[in-house]
Amino acid sequence: MMGAYLLKRLVSNVLLVAIAASMAYFLAATSLNPRAKYEGRPTKVAESVIDATLDDYNLNDKTPVFERYVTWASGVVTGDLGKTWDGKSINDEMGRRIGVSLRLLLVGTLVGCVVGVTVGAYAAVKQYRLSDRVIGVSAFVIMAVPVFVLATMLTLVAVGINDTLGFTLLEYTGEYNPALSGWDQFTNRLNHLILPTISLALGQIAFYSRIQRNMMLDVLGQDFVRTARAKGLSRRAALFKHALRTSLVPAATYFAFAFGTLLTGATFTEKIFGWHGMGAWLVDSIHTHDTNAVAAVSLFAAVCVLVAGFLSDLIVAALDPRVRVS
Amino acid sequence: MRSKVTLARLVRNPQARYGLLALVLLLALAYLGPFFGPYDWTEKDFMAFLSPPSADHWWGTTQIGQDVYAITLRGMQKSIVIGFLVALVSTGLAALVGAAAGYFGGWADKALMWGADLLLVLPSFLIIAIISPRLKGGSWLWFVLLLALFSWMITSRVVRSMTLSLREREFVLAARYMGIPAWKIILRHIVPNLSSLLIIDATINVSGAIIGEAALSFFGFGIQPPDVSLGTLIAAGSDKVTGYPWLFLFPAGLLVLLVLSVNLIGDGLRDALDPGSNK
Repeated sequence: MMGAYLLKRLVSNVLLVAIAASMAYFLAATSLNPRAKYEGRPTKVAESVIDATLDDYNLNDKTPVFERYVTWASGVVTGDLGKTWDGKSINDEMGRRIGVSLRLLLVGTLVGCVVGVTVGAYAAVKQYRLSDRVIGVSAFVIMAVPVFVLATMLTLVAVGINDTLGFTLLEYTGEYNPALSGWDQFTNRLNHLILPTISLALGQIAFYSRIQRNMMLDVLGQDFVRTARAKGLSRRAALFKHALRTSLVPAATYFAFAFGTLLTGATFTEKIFGWHGMGAWLVDSIHTHDTNAVAAVSLFAAVCVLVAGFLSDLIVAALDPRVRVS
Repeated sequence: MRSKVTLARLVRNPQARYGLLALVLLLALAYLGPFFGPYDWTEKDFMAFLSPPSADHWWGTTQIGQDVYAITLRGMQKSIVIGFLVALVSTGLAALVGAAAGYFGGWADKALMWGADLLLVLPSFLIIAIISPRLKGGSWLWFVLLLALFSWMITSRVVRSMTLSLREREFVLAARYMGIPAWKIILRHIVPNLSSLLIIDATINVSGAIIGEAALSFFGFGIQPPDVSLGTLIAAGSDKVTGYPWLFLFPAGLLVLLVLSVNLIGDGLRDALDPGSNK
């Protein structure tokens, strides 16, 4: 039953991804103008040469847009995402950038979920105490601070700390220092991850802690928690085994939604901290009129959202026995 | 009177009180502040480039000699106007579409909700980013419409499901049997009964739109020069934040305060209008 349900969701989600990516392609193909990149060059290039080059990259606006779409879509189906405006392979570029983005997204999601749920559950157990109030107010304030403000503030703080210490304690641009190797290289990469992770995860932590606190409070007052205590379970076991697990179910359903905001947030963190990931590519490719790159990033984002929704279903199924049985 | 009870609850709610107070102060700063500043936002002081805050230029100057105080308040005015307009349009759309879908049912319901689902799936960030800077005339009103177009869908689903139960109530049935046209029933009897939901939604939409505007403008996809908004100012300031932090801190701080005060009011309203909900 569960398998059939998941399969049905998978099919409808693949359809949605196809629609979203196609829409993105049509939008980019009709409103972006890669031709201008060639016509604007200081040395005049003959129009026939431009046409031939654009034809080669499937970017010629003289070809009807539907014909270009068919060429693009048949390429995508066979795993070829086309060429950038200056003729490089999108697949190569994407391979490099996906690794960068996934590292950021994975760490951000993990830290955000785990810390957020823990903080929220803690606040619920300490309801109306000082710690609960502090957590509540901080979450409220953090949720009013957009990612780009938070990330810029963090660079400002990092520069301040580095200046007072006289050496670079916190890295704030790029992914790693190419001059280092081996173990130094690894710790350097970790150092470069700190600030982007904080700026991505803080919003997630605030979001999850608010949800988790409310859900946990709902659960704490219910009979089965009292029963668990009455049959002799310690307070800790009753909280962890019964209350926390049950209250995680509603929070897990928000996972897909929170991941969507994380994805948008990653665009800002990548741009601000100088990471060359997918989000930075989206912004750059719109500015450089790079139709196929825009379509490729949209496809990636749609697939990410699909996977997050799917994961969210799986987590709910794993936590909630009613879903598995029915 | 219900509205009186609500108002009393709202005033008694400390969150809403502080939020309202902060919002009034921020509005006063944005619209009255420019009259007290020594410079106009279009003026350029060629004797002071990138100078830090001082008695002459309260919040410092930019690299082309603009007064940061004057230009930030100008940008704040635009952000506030955009926030309120987007909230108005998107909540209005949500109310009309949701109520129509719920009231008429049948194929109208299916078509409207299919449209809402489609808009939810589309990559709104990408669409606004590509279309908005390319609109002819570059009027920021188009930008407002685009932002609103992508923010009404979820509320309209809630409105629809509430309309489904309102539709069967006696006062709606009575109105229908008296021969009152459907659009009048929707506007006079259904939408007013959803007012508490819509007021809360509109408040949340204001802060959402202010952040959305700033986010798109941050990448250059929103408000286009020579217009300024908090988003364009933050974008310009974040490039130079390490050397000239005042370019970033004033617009960013005001943005956060603005969003925070609106969110406080929204939370307070939810408590006052909807006592059953647990936030």
